[in-house]
Parts: sequence; C-alpha cells; structure tokens
Amino acid sequence: MTVAPSASQELEETPVRNGMLRYALSKAGGALLSISMVIVATFFLFRLLPGDPVRALAQGRNMTPEQLDLERHRLGLDKSLPEQFFQFVKQTVQFDLGTSYEYKRPVLDLIGERIGSTLLLTGTALVIAVTLGIWQGARAGWKPGSRFDRFSTAISLVLWSVPTFWLGLLLLMVFAAGVGPIPGVFPTRGIESVDAPDGFGYVLDVAKHMVLPCLTMVAVVYAQYLLVMRSSVLDEVGQDYVTTARAKGLKDDDVRRKHAVPNALLPTVTLVFMRIGFVVGGAVTVEAIFSWPGLGQLFYEAIRVPDFTLMQGTFLLITVSVIVMNTLADVVYHLLDPRVRSA
Amino acid sequence: MLEARNLSVEFASRGRRARAVDGVNLAVGAGEIVALVGESGCGKTTLARTLLGLEKPAGGEVFYDGKPLSYKARELKAYRRRVQLVLQDPTGSLNPRQTVYEAVAEGPRIHKLPDEEKVVADALSRAGLRPPERFFLRYPHELSGGQRQRVVIAGALALNPDVLIADEPVASLDASVRGEILALLLRLRDDLGLSALVVTHDLGLAWNIADRVAVMYLGRIVESGPTEQVLQSPQHPYTKALLSVLPESPEKIVLTGEPPDPTRIPSGCRFHPRCQVVFGDCRTVPLQILPAAETQQAACHLLKLDG
Repeated sequence: MTVAPSASQELEETPVRNGMLRYALSKAGGALLSISMVIVATFFLFRLLPGDPVRALAQGRNMTPEQLDLERHRLGLDKSLPEQFFQFVKQTVQFDLGTSYEYKRPVLDLIGERIGSTLLLTGTALVIAVTLGIWQGARAGWKPGSRFDRFSTAISLVLWSVPTFWLGLLLLMVFAAGVGPIPGVFPTRGIESVDAPDGFGYVLDVAKHMVLPCLTMVAVVYAQYLLVMRSSVLDEVGQDYVTTARAKGLKDDDVRRKHAVPNALLPTVTLVFMRIGFVVGGAVTVEAIFSWPGLGQLFYEAIRVPDFTLMQGTFLLITVSVIVMNTLADVVYHLLDPRVRSA
Repeated sequence: MLEARNLSVEFASRGRRARAVDGVNLAVGAGEIVALVGESGCGKTTLARTLLGLEKPAGGEVFYDGKPLSYKARELKAYRRRVQLVLQDPTGSLNPRQTVYEAVAEGPRIHKLPDEEKVVADALSRAGLRPPERFFLRYPHELSGGQRQRVVIAGALALNPDVLIADEPVASLDASVRGEILALLLRLRDDLGLSALVVTHDLGLAWNIADRVAVMYLGRIVESGPTEQVLQSPQHPYTKALLSVLPESPEKIVLTGEPPDPTRIPSGCRFHPRCQVVFGDCRTVPLQILPAAETQQAACHLLKLDG
C-alpha cells in the first residue's frame, strides 16, 4: 500500500498551508468589504461637491431651460438619487464605469489612455524614493547620531515638510524657465515634445520631461522610507544577535547587510506595498503642476466640472488599488516573517 | 590563558566621562571557570565585552596566550575563533529569521571552516541537541528557552573556541532548565577543556560552577579567590553584604546609600559611602589595584590593619 505514507505526509503539511490559505481568504474578504463601502462612499461623496455639471458643460453658452433639462436627462441626472445610486452600483459591479460627461467617452477608455503615463512617472519616482530612502535610512540607523545620520535625516525632513506645489513651481522656475545665469534646461510641461523624434530619441525626450516631476515627487516622499527604515534598523542595532554576530567575527558592514537590514525591511515592506497602491492614483498635484497627462490630471479636471462619472471611476480605481495592495502587504508580511507565518 | 591587565574602559555619558571599568586585573586559566560577580551597573558586562574585543579599552591590555590583543581586523578575527560569547537572552541572541542551522553555521562560514554541515551537527550534539538533524530547519520561536540557549552555545562551540564568555547565561531561563545549562557548561569544560568566564549577579550560580570568583564593585575587582574561600569566608565588606542577603543567611546586611555612579567615583575606597565599617583612611586613601592572583585577596583598608 502506497497510500499510507503519502497520507501522513499530507497530514503534516496541510495545517500550515491551510492556515496560510485561510489567512489570505479572510484578508481578501475584508478587502472586498472595504471596496463595497468605498463604492457607496464614492457615489455620495462627490454628489456633495458644489457646482452643476450641466451648467459647467454649457461653458457659459446661453441655453434654454428645456435644453438644460434635455442634457440632464441625457446624463441621467434627472432621476432621483436612489435611482441614480442603484444604476451606478449595477454598472460598477459589471466593471462598467459609465461615460464621462465632459469627454462623452467611456471612463474606462479614458483611464486606459492615461494610466500608462501615470505609472511611468509615479512608478519611477517610487522606485527611486524607496531605494534612496531605504539605503540612507539603513546607514543612518546603523550609526545613530553620526554626521551621515544627522545630515540625511535633516535634509529628508526639510524636503518632506515642503509643500509639493511650492517645490514643483520652484523647480519649474529655476530649471525650466531659468533664473539668472542658470539656463532653463528642462521642458516646462507635458510628457513629450511636439517635435519629438522617433526611437531612442523619443525615450530621451520623455526622460527629459520626467526629470522635474520625478524629482519633485521623490524629494517630497523619500523621507518616510528613510525614517521607517532608520527606526527599524535602530531597533535591530542593540539586539543581542547583532552582538553575537560581531563576536563571531562578522565584519560590521556584513552584520548590517546580513542581519540588521533584512530584519528591518519587514515594516518597510508594508509601507512600500501601501505606496504601490497610491502609484496608480499618481500624484494629483505633481501632474497638475507639470501638466503630466496622467490619471491625477484627469481626476483634477473632473473635479472642476464636476464630471461625476469620471471622478467616480478614477477615485474607485485609486482606492481599490490601495486596498488591494494593502491586502497583499499583509499576505507578503506573513510569508516573510517566520514568526507570523506559523502563528 | 585569557587575562586582563590593568584594564580600564571609558564611555562618554552626557558630557561626563564614565569609567565603567577602572583598572582590572583578571585571569582565566585553561580549563578554569571563573565567575565575575557584581550588581547591575558595576561594569561586569563592559569588562566581558572588552575581553571579547567588542569594546576598546581606554587603558591597559587584554592578553591572550601571553600576547596582547591586537585590534587590527585580521588579528581580531582570528581571536574571535578562540574566545566566544554567550549572552543572557537566547531569544534575542538568535536572529528570528534564521533557522537553527543558519544560526550555528554563521561562525564556520565567516571563518571558512571546511565540512560546514558536520561542524554544525557536532556543535549541536555537543550542546545537547540530539539528533542534530532534527533541529536544522527549526526556527528559534519553535524551540523552548533552554533549547534556544543550547543553540546559542552550539553557535559558539561551532568555532571550537578555548574560552567561553557567558554573560548571565541562565538568568532568563526557568529554574529547572537553569541546572541543565549549567551542567552543560561543566561537561564542556570536562570534555573539551573549555575555559569560561561567567558573568553573573547570582552568587548561587557562582557557587555551583565556578572554580574561582571575582567580585566587582564600581569598575574594580574588590575581592577574588577560590570559590569556597570567597563565598564561605568573605573578607571584603561588600562581599559580606552580598552573601548576607542570600535566603539561608542568618543576619542580613542591607546596603544603604545610592547605587554607585561611574561618572562620580568616590575618593579613597570607592565602596566607603555604602560601607558598614568605614573609618578614617577609607574616605581619603585610595586602594591598590588587586593583582590577578590565584589566592584569596580583597581590596580593603581593614585588611591592611589586620595584616
């Protein structure tokens, strides 16, 4: 009989895998609950905004009340709020985000067009900010109070306290417009030049457009990675296992690399995953300042109308990606830490 | 074998200099277990760290095999193979994300020893974790406190050291496990000829395993000698006070005054503010630093009167 050994093997393995699966499922269930609450909130939140989309879309043209009513009927705004709400929920669960009032095109298409440039900008900024923050934070936390620590922590905190729009405008003034002897080397707006060449030249052109918005985003956010990493490395520095590794003859740099940093990365992983969620949303402010044709700008324009369907669509996408990434962060944490894994 | 000569260690503490270790002579012979006893903050852990080369002395030297310890990276690394460390809290001493195998194999890997797996297995079984293979893939949190401390000891043994410096090795363990770990240390001494310096605040522990005892107060050794002599007929008033608070002692001497502060060392005998039998000389005349002698000796003005 060959059944018996395999059965006993399964017995040993299933509890752990079951536990993991059950954990992941319960997290997914929680995420679904959050998402459904977000759907409800999205609808009512934006109806609170002042402004009448129909009048805004008329853009000051003289329209008769009949024409306005007709437009209202076309957008479905003449129905009662509960009716509109159920319509919205029904569409949303079918992954139909409706048609934009302003663009008169499906919201999903609009998002599809913009999401690439947003991911390019915020993704690049995230990678740079995380790398910079973790690297500096690990070094700063390893030797707290050292010159490197004081210097890098101070600079990152100053940059963190600076308002994004102010830093963005300042960079625009200095490096795009040019001040005094400094020539304006970078473009002021957009993702590509009108006369952009093809091939590698195009890549270079986009990269040039990305420098300032990317710099702004990195400067403003990298402090949080630095601080989280710094404090968690600081927690590890005094640990006995660090002393033990030193006493075994491990070089200081290796103690940091092999022991302190991997253990300190755990809390940072959560933070990074949460931030990946926000990457999708982009940075509304940065995109608005640099006229970056991404989701953030789309959202910003939608608020000004207010274009309800477009706002709902982009907002839902942003919140859902944050929730999904949060859930993933929990699950990944579970996989990385053996203590949590078996608990 | 391992010797501290006139060793002193300083720290900067809020602008003031703290002499955590202030002139210590101490020797641990081959196959000998020495207990370093004292209250918290007396500098015993700093002394242990300095003997390990983790802290650089401000004065004096650490001698190993008759040669002064060099702080050059290569020589320090070679020294690490000879003298190993066991800390108080085994949970903290083990990286929570490393398996038992990884933890024990770390030392052999650093020093590029051949036959890693065999070294690890031997170290684990010497530390009493048998069969060793069963423990290879365990994580520290899956083990009991006693097993964890055995893993820490195995990690030290994997380098095949001559001296083990154990800082409160059983203070965080249950009483029943405590005996097992102490028995393990004694067996390692008998089987491998391992010397040990056991840092502790527990006189009972010193009595159980040490050949010699050194009592430390405020950065200095105040009394040292063979365990039986020091613990049965203590000469220094501080040792007497420490012994008097053991449960079986008939008469308790409770020390008064502030706990000592290494940034403000009293003049004369450094124990005089808390001493029961203080007299004229104690407040003004400093005492000689005790040499690293085998026989019983104490740093006290009273003894000079008698002698």
